Formats: sequence, C-alpha cells, structure tokens
Amino acid sequence: MKILLVFISAAIVNNFVLTYFLGICPFLGVSKRIDTSVNMGLATTFVMSLAAAITWLINHYILIAFNLPFLQNVTYIITIASLVQLVEMFIRKSSPSLYRSLGIFLPLITTNCAILGLTLFAALREYSFIESLSFGIGAGAGFTIALVIMAGIREELEFADVPAPLKGAPMTLLVAGMLALAFMGFAGLLSV
Amino acid sequence: MTSQRTLFQEFKKGIWAENPVIKMLLGMCPALAVTNSAVNGLAMGLASTFVVICSSAIVSIIRRFVPGGVRIPTYIIIIAGFVTLADLFLRAYFPVISKALGPYVPLIVVNCMIMGRAEFFASKHPVVPSILDALGTGTGFVWVLVVLGSIREILGSGSIFGVTLLSERIYTPWVVMILPAGAFLSLGLLIALINYLTQRRQGAH
Repeated sequence: MKILLVFISAAIVNNFVLTYFLGICPFLGVSKRIDTSVNMGLATTFVMSLAAAITWLINHYILIAFNLPFLQNVTYIITIASLVQLVEMFIRKSSPSLYRSLGIFLPLITTNCAILGLTLFAALREYSFIESLSFGIGAGAGFTIALVIMAGIREELEFADVPAPLKGAPMTLLVAGMLALAFMGFAGLLSV
Repeated sequence: MTSQRTLFQEFKKGIWAENPVIKMLLGMCPALAVTNSAVNGLAMGLASTFVVICSSAIVSIIRRFVPGGVRIPTYIIIIAGFVTLADLFLRAYFPVISKALGPYVPLIVVNCMIMGRAEFFASKHPVVPSILDALGTGTGFVWVLVVLGSIREILGSGSIFGVTLLSERIYTPWVVMILPAGAFLSLGLLIALINYLTQRRQGAH
C-alpha cells in the first residue's frame, strides 16, 4: 500500500517539476514539441528508476555500512554521471533505433537536478528498496506528465499573440505557474 | 590602466548584462525553490556564491593539467567537494536555515550556473579574472534571489526578513505567493518587467 502511495505522491500530488522545482531546465528547454518531450520524459524515467535503485544499494551497503554519509553528495553525482554514460553505451550497442530517438537527451540528463534530487529525497525519507524504486518510477512519470502538458500548451501558444516583454521565458514561467495552481487541486488526495 | 578596467568589466557583467537567472536562465531550480522568504534566498545565494568562486578558482588553476575528455567529471567533483563544505558549514552554524533549505543545499552541485562559469570562463582564463567573473555572477544570483524572496515574503506573509510589515488586520496574506505556483508567477512577471524596461529604453534611443 505504502508503495502505491509513494508512487502517486511522486507522480501527481508532489509533482517533481511543479512543486519541488526539480528538472526546470529541461522543462523550459525541451518542452517545445510533444514528441521530443515524450522521448525526453521516457529517457529520464528510465535513468531515474535505475538511479533510485543503485544509489539505495550504495547508500546502504557502502556509505552507511562504513559510516561515510558526508560523502553522499559526491558519491551520488559520480554514480549518476557514470550510470548515464553506461546506459548510453548500452543503448547504442543494443538498439540503434532507440538510441536515435533518446541519444541526444541522455548527456543532458546527467545535469538534470531531478535525478540527484530524487536520490537525495529518497535517502532523506529513509525509503526501503522497493519504495525507492517506486519513488523513482513515480517521479519519472510525473516529470513526463508535466513535460508533455507543457509541450501541448506551448504548441498552441505558437499561434497566440503574446505581448513582446512576455515572449519566451516569462510566458513559459507564467504557464508553469498556472499548471502548478492546477496541480494544487490534487493536494487533498492523500497526505504523505 | 586598461587591464584594470577589463577586470572590473569581468565582475560587472554578471550583475546585469549576463545575469545568470534573468538573462541566461541558469540556476532556475534554486531561484524558484528557496525564495519563499528573503532570508532563505540570501542564504542560498551566498552559499552558491561561495561554491562558484572556489570552484572557478580551482578550475582555473588546474586548467592546463586536465585532459579535455574528462574535464566535465573533474569539474563536477570539484564543485561537489565545495558544496559538501558549504552544506556541513550551514548544518553546523545555521541549523534552522539548513533545515529550511533541505536537500536544495546539496543540489547546488547541479546548478548549471556554476558549471557554466567553470566550463565557459574559468577553464580558459587565468585565476584573478576567473574569481572576479565568479564573484560577479554570484552577486547577480544573490540580488535576484533576495528581490524575489522579498516580493514573495511581503505578499505571501506580510513581512520581510522575518519583520512584520503589514499586520494581519489590514492585510490578508496571499498564501499562494509562498506556494510553488507563486514562485513561477513572480519570477515570470519579474523577467517580463525587466524585458519591458529594457525594450522601452532601447526604443527611446
């Protein structure tokens, strides 16, 4: 039950982009078209679930076992960077077509703060292994939802007559603000 | 003294012309996440400034010894080291602020503003200009965070730096301003206002 709650909480109620402001850079940068944002979302979800599982193992079997929690930050960022590199090499060898659609997004994911944020939140809340995994998949799903909704709105905005000072980033931020207001409606859904 | 002026320009450009948040849209994540009060904005700004100055200095010192292929991982490890220092310092001396900022302090590692300064400036310039460039960028980051934090704190809780400005009898706080939605709306409007002023000044010439 807790596993399902963690998933729904990460995906919708406490959406990573709209309530924790994690992954804002790709959210503002890669949300111009729906198809690219779906691919970006899938690549991020994939890395997030892997990162959640692997950092949990590292945290419990290396950092806590040897009493080194102050190295958490450095270890996590190195783990994520090498993980992304490995995934990129694996996909390039095993599935060239998948590589063509996800490839260019993978290097960007290393500096996506949503991944590091996810692993830090999971460690802070002391999730179990399965809960961490569910948290990772849920956070990825939430990121994808926010990115795709944003891309849909921005595709329509292309045809709108936006006042000159609001063009570009300010308009995107205002739309994100309204989306965040809408997502606040889910706040009563569950209390985790 | 031409070199003196260029050094000053390296410092000055980060404050306005190449401001990380307003002009380059870097470091958006902390700019939005921790500015629900002016104090939090100031603390996050100063911590990030410390990290960007130290990491730019080190990156600039070792720029001739780092092979191009591994430079990004090297920079990340340098930045992560200084972030850990800042995190432990805040936890030891300012536990209340450290608790309020939560995991956003360790997240300074992935602040693209710091990586940006290391990659685009410090890796190509000597130590002194790199430090000044980082100081300017940090100052630009601090003022945006403090302004944004003040706007949200005044509107959202009727106070500034914890001092009550508007009492609850005459002013009903806009709670939404200290919630996530208020962060997006106020930063969007702040950038729009600055764009408007810049465009009007350009039009007047």
